[in-house]
Amino acid sequence: MANLRIEHLNKRYGATTVLNDVNLSIGDGEFVVLVGPSGCGKSTLLRMIAGLDGASGGDIHIADKLVNTLAPAERGIAMVFQSYALYPHMNVRKNMTFGLKFTGVPPTERERRVAKAARMLRLEELLERYPRDLSGGQRQRVAIGRAIVREPAVFLFDEPLSNLDAALRVSTRVEIANLHRLLKSTIVYVTHDQVEAMTLADRIVVMNKGCIEQVGKPLDLYYEPANLFVAGFIGSPAMNFFEAEVGGIEGGRARVAGTAFRNFDMPAASLKVGDALTVGVRPEHLVRGGAGPFLAEGIVELVERLGEASFAYLRRVDGRIFVAEVRGRQTPAPGETVTLVAASPDVHVFDALGLRVAT
Amino acid sequence: MTTDQRARSIGVHLVLIAYSLLAVGPILLVVMNSFKVRSAIFGSPLAPPDASTFSLVGYEKVFRSSHILTYYSNSLIVTLVSMALVLLFGAMAAWALTEYRFRGSTALALFLSIGIMVPIRLGSVAILNMMRSAGLNDTLTALVLVYVAQGLPMSIFILSEFIQQIPKDLRDAARCDGVPETRIFFEVVAPLLRPAIATVAVFTIVPIWNDLWFPLILTSSDSTHTVTLGVQQFLGQYITDWNSVLAALSMAILPVVVIYVILSRQLIAGLTSGAVK
Ligand SMILES: Nc1ncnc2c1ncn2[C@@H]1O[C@H](COP(=O)(O)OP(=O)(O)OP(=O)(O)O)[C@@H](O)[C@H]1O
Ligand SMILES: [Mg+2]
Repeated sequence: MANLRIEHLNKRYGATTVLNDVNLSIGDGEFVVLVGPSGCGKSTLLRMIAGLDGASGGDIHIADKLVNTLAPAERGIAMVFQSYALYPHMNVRKNMTFGLKFTGVPPTERERRVAKAARMLRLEELLERYPRDLSGGQRQRVAIGRAIVREPAVFLFDEPLSNLDAALRVSTRVEIANLHRLLKSTIVYVTHDQVEAMTLADRIVVMNKGCIEQVGKPLDLYYEPANLFVAGFIGSPAMNFFEAEVGGIEGGRARVAGTAFRNFDMPAASLKVGDALTVGVRPEHLVRGGAGPFLAEGIVELVERLGEASFAYLRRVDGRIFVAEVRGRQTPAPGETVTLVAASPDVHVFDALGLRVAT
Repeated sequence: MTTDQRARSIGVHLVLIAYSLLAVGPILLVVMNSFKVRSAIFGSPLAPPDASTFSLVGYEKVFRSSHILTYYSNSLIVTLVSMALVLLFGAMAAWALTEYRFRGSTALALFLSIGIMVPIRLGSVAILNMMRSAGLNDTLTALVLVYVAQGLPMSIFILSEFIQQIPKDLRDAARCDGVPETRIFFEVVAPLLRPAIATVAVFTIVPIWNDLWFPLILTSSDSTHTVTLGVQQFLGQYITDWNSVLAALSMAILPVVVIYVILSRQLIAGLTSGAVK
């Protein structure tokens, strides 16, 4: 069990910068999930923590020890790969014990650890099988088992569930959550899947183009995204954005003016007249006939019914599309004009640089 | 299957059958005729031996009048030792060249691939001089050294291709597990290379076993002759003892066939299935 501290970490391949001044501090026993679009450097960051890739600059501390020059095995980490990476010519037991031989774990201790991991992951029946004779979910559990027996300070997961089908993904997700509760170890977990990130994480790290955009608790990211990127990335369907500008300032209040919604007021703070703004509202926060500062009209183009909710795609006055969630059995019909309102905490305003402005 | 596909499949098979006949025919002729009396070899070379023409005289003569067993063991020693060294060094070099980036690695890979293009026989005179001055003339060691040099470039080339196909995650997983690099090579990579190693083994063994040139220039005494060279003593300038030649050749073919049968089972890959999804 250990904390993890990353300071000014850089990674370059020739002229391309893959990680740019990454700073991150992870507490003992914390479950941190890295999310971000494909190619943003999540795997690279994980591999650098593991010691599989060297840094171009910066420091990594694990358990308050500088590990920059240590080999992966000396860092007290264990990694679970997306492809499972089981040794195909070794059975499950051998897969789990193979590494332990080289780190000086005596045979009886190895057996004890394998038995414990096998019990935890329901692998007892499978110990003599070869990877080729296992299902995807079983292989995944073996890969996790191989990490567990190393009793690492930090677990690193790189998209461990992405090769599993939807049902198995949910059950394995629950299993990983249980495992974290049981082992209380520090976990860094990379995923594409927002639901995975939201459900598993103590804190989520949103990355984009090699930089960290925001670090925070799942619901903090959802309710208070620090910038446009996080606002658009977290949540599904994505947040609606409306172009706006500061129309005027009067008595400490700025008038947010745009073509596609009714103008509203917000604290002026450091805003100046003419500043470009972006107003963001999540589909699930737009309601018909509520009260709130934000009000937009649209003509229904299409309604997607999912069961517990439906999503209405609406054409705004400026011709662009936005999405609103509709609850209940009565959904608007295509062609209908709908007026939607959002309450003040659910209206996000971003300045010209894309940074959040307090409303 | 559409008619078009069927026609193509028949065409392919016809070509393959023709090729097989072409390749196997002469071998069958040699083996068949080695069991016949001399007159039958010339009288009806295409007929299989029957009661009247069957004879083991060739084999008797080969065993009686020559050092065939010495030749045989020389060939075996040279071939197997060369093969072992080619596989070991070839796999290690291929691993180093594909897995590690080091100063001059590209140049080294290029240098080694030149060996595929330039036949080693071009250097015969230089090799002969080198072996002379090293005091290795007329030794099996000289042959082994030459054959290792001859086999290495191709084996490195083939094995590099196979090593690149081994998922990178597997080596990374082993590194995270704390497996030392040498053990990663011998216990994770090498077992997965088995089909490739079988392929390279076959490619290496056959030309070495069949080689006449280097035994001819590098060995001079009966105690270092190989089978292919030993057979030549039955081919006289004026009179050729065909019984003995065919018998010796048949015996020379046998080990290659045996080794091929053993290794061909390994050629069937599929070992990596299950490593990654
Ligand atoms: N060896 C390399 N040489 C050059 N560029 C590389 C190398 N390895 C990775 N990259 C680049 O680094 C960037 C980050 O890659 P990385 O694998 O970390 O992305 P990722 O966030 O894990 O993406 P994904 O979600 O698709 O797995 C990519 O743009 C990739 O092209
Ligand atoms: Mg990745």
